[in-house]
Amino acid sequence: MTAETAPLPDLKPPSSTIGPIGWLRRNLFNSIPNTILTLLALWFLWQIVPALYDWLFVRSTVEAADSRVCRDAGGLCIAFLMEKHRLILFGLYPFEQHWRPLAAMCLFLALILATCNRRFWKPWLWLCWAMGLPAVGVLMWGGVLGLRYVGTEQWGGLPLTVFLAAFGMVFAFPLSILLALGRRSKMPAIQALCIGYIELIRGVPLISVLFMASVMFPLFLPTGVSIDKLLRTQVAFILFAAAYLAEVVRGGLQAIPRGQYEAADSLGLGYWQKTGLIVLPQALKLVIPPLVNVFIGIFKDTSLVVIIGLFDLMNAAKQALIDPNWRGLAVDVYVAVSVVYFVFCYGMSKYSQALEADFNKSHR
Amino acid sequence: MAVETMAREPSRSLSWNDPWVRGIVYQVVVAGAVAALGWYLVNNTLDNLQRAKIASGFSFLDRESGFAIGESLIEYSPASSYGRAFAVGLLNTLRVAVIGIVLSTVLGTAIGIARLSSNWLIAKLSSLYVEVIRNVPLLLQLFFWYALITENMPGPRQAANPLPGVYISNRGFKFPLMAEHWIWDWCWVAVGVGTISALWLFSWARERQNQTGKAFPLLWPSLGLILGLPLLAWLFGGAPTKVVVPELRGFNFQGGGSLTPEFAALLIGLTMYTAGFIAEIVRAGILAVPKGQWEAAGALGLKRGPVLRLIVLPQALRVIVPPMTSQYLNITKNSSLAVAIGYPDVVSIANTTMNQTGQAIEGIALIMAVYLTISLLISAFMNWYNKRVALVER
Repeated sequence: MTAETAPLPDLKPPSSTIGPIGWLRRNLFNSIPNTILTLLALWFLWQIVPALYDWLFVRSTVEAADSRVCRDAGGLCIAFLMEKHRLILFGLYPFEQHWRPLAAMCLFLALILATCNRRFWKPWLWLCWAMGLPAVGVLMWGGVLGLRYVGTEQWGGLPLTVFLAAFGMVFAFPLSILLALGRRSKMPAIQALCIGYIELIRGVPLISVLFMASVMFPLFLPTGVSIDKLLRTQVAFILFAAAYLAEVVRGGLQAIPRGQYEAADSLGLGYWQKTGLIVLPQALKLVIPPLVNVFIGIFKDTSLVVIIGLFDLMNAAKQALIDPNWRGLAVDVYVAVSVVYFVFCYGMSKYSQALEADFNKSHR
Repeated sequence: MAVETMAREPSRSLSWNDPWVRGIVYQVVVAGAVAALGWYLVNNTLDNLQRAKIASGFSFLDRESGFAIGESLIEYSPASSYGRAFAVGLLNTLRVAVIGIVLSTVLGTAIGIARLSSNWLIAKLSSLYVEVIRNVPLLLQLFFWYALITENMPGPRQAANPLPGVYISNRGFKFPLMAEHWIWDWCWVAVGVGTISALWLFSWARERQNQTGKAFPLLWPSLGLILGLPLLAWLFGGAPTKVVVPELRGFNFQGGGSLTPEFAALLIGLTMYTAGFIAEIVRAGILAVPKGQWEAAGALGLKRGPVLRLIVLPQALRVIVPPMTSQYLNITKNSSLAVAIGYPDVVSIANTTMNQTGQAIEGIALIMAVYLTISLLISAFMNWYNKRVALVER
């Protein structure tokens, strides 16, 4: 007779290895140095988080007539931000016309977002751009359709930052492709010119290029001709960004195997056909993440126009601080403005990561 | 990729279908266009300068500058020349760049390693740091630190006093300093001599180990050289121990060493910003070393320290050094943002000079020359270092 044996039910793992306690032991207290580090980090958080919470929520002031109330409370001065938010976002643009830069910027951002989504890469997107850009121009400048004319010297705030960065990138990109191709060209004169340009621009700080645009460029023009300061700055950004982009594009070009060039040659394609149809599509796809990184850099660098006196987001924020009623609130404003920059830059970096993942999916 | 120059097959006659002929024509056209543009711009500029009666040339460098500079490493007064003012600015730029490079390398490496830590809290905190710092413009961060120091720190009378003799106020950081004595200069010389001989000792020990297999104990002799030599010099000079502690007199502190708010804000901003980028570079470099390398080294019986030093780090450095070079260049170029918070770096001095003399072209040319030279020097050094750590392929 055989005895019926049934296995006993499995014992549960010890409570110290599963559940939240197990997680804590594995991830925070798995060795003595790690425990010390965890305790140090917790102490650090204990110092920072309650103070930050206090500053943001408990002691912040929503209603105040001037900065004294805020400073006595010792927290974030929301009242100041609420009073000045339109100055910070739109700079010196006439106050009652603020809907125009807002609408223009929203339209522009919508176009860019649509372009970022590959589902919309259809011919009608060109049409959208062809209609959208003039609309943005009309909204910003005015002078037609009953809109008041507003010169570029009054543009400012976030729209200016967005336009400087976006147009800088859009125009720098084709220029950078030419520079990168030129740098890899077999013609010595063209190669030398491209190398010289790229290395010169990359070797000097952006400020010196901006100084050139604002101080030196007027000297270059024949007497009587003058070019708008905003346009000069925009050109400086384009020339600056092109040098950095060219190096990124060159990286992509170098990654294309020689066989691709030779295969194109053997099909009898000319230089531009070979480059445009075979090499560039592969090369540019490879370098999208670093391209977006350069774009993030350019977006952040637009804040440097403060130094030559354009009213971008950064400078508008500094203007808000001049008000004698609202003294000593610089930290509050800078924190608020950095949130705006952070949202834009973080969004771009997330987009580049998503795009990278998307491209890798199709390969493996 | 190596550049091949166009070679012409000798038998063909001149024809537009010949790529060699086309290449020559294109190059002539482009070079001609660039030269024409350059000539046009130079012509306009000379014309404009003459019309506006602005002098040209660098003779202004010998003239009296007439402006004061907040902080200077060398003797300077408003009676000094523009040339000397430029030297002051250049030294200030180098000072903040060199200290910033050292500090951001240390901080960035620590944060990069922390991001890879098995400790969840440390890893998350350091990625939060990296994400926030990298996505906010440096200029904004500089303004933030400057405002934090000048507006939110207490005045000199209520200065924070974290350590005896150290005062933190809205006038900057004040700390005790050894009283002036002739031997201190020689102590610095001794530090330099000690460091150089320690480096020599390192290479000698490596050479000996390569030939005989015998390791030479390096820690104590090198410490002795770097710290012992200055100590000897100090004893020789009569061991002066007089310390000058900053004291509150009137509205500010007198005596002792100090960091101005401008310098402190610039240094903190540059260091923290660049550290965020360096952290990512270090992380990528360490991740690029396959796990098998750690395991193989462990299987050979090496301890964790030697594994890191002899196996992992040399391989990680190959990945780290080239992008690190561009970060060092960036920190130098970014130090030009000092002009926005009033630290007298070379751009700030050039800006003042341009406003006073109206000689914009010379001023900008000087700025560009300074930064190009620094960039070239740093790249040359880092390329030399990169060659040393690069994989030797046979």
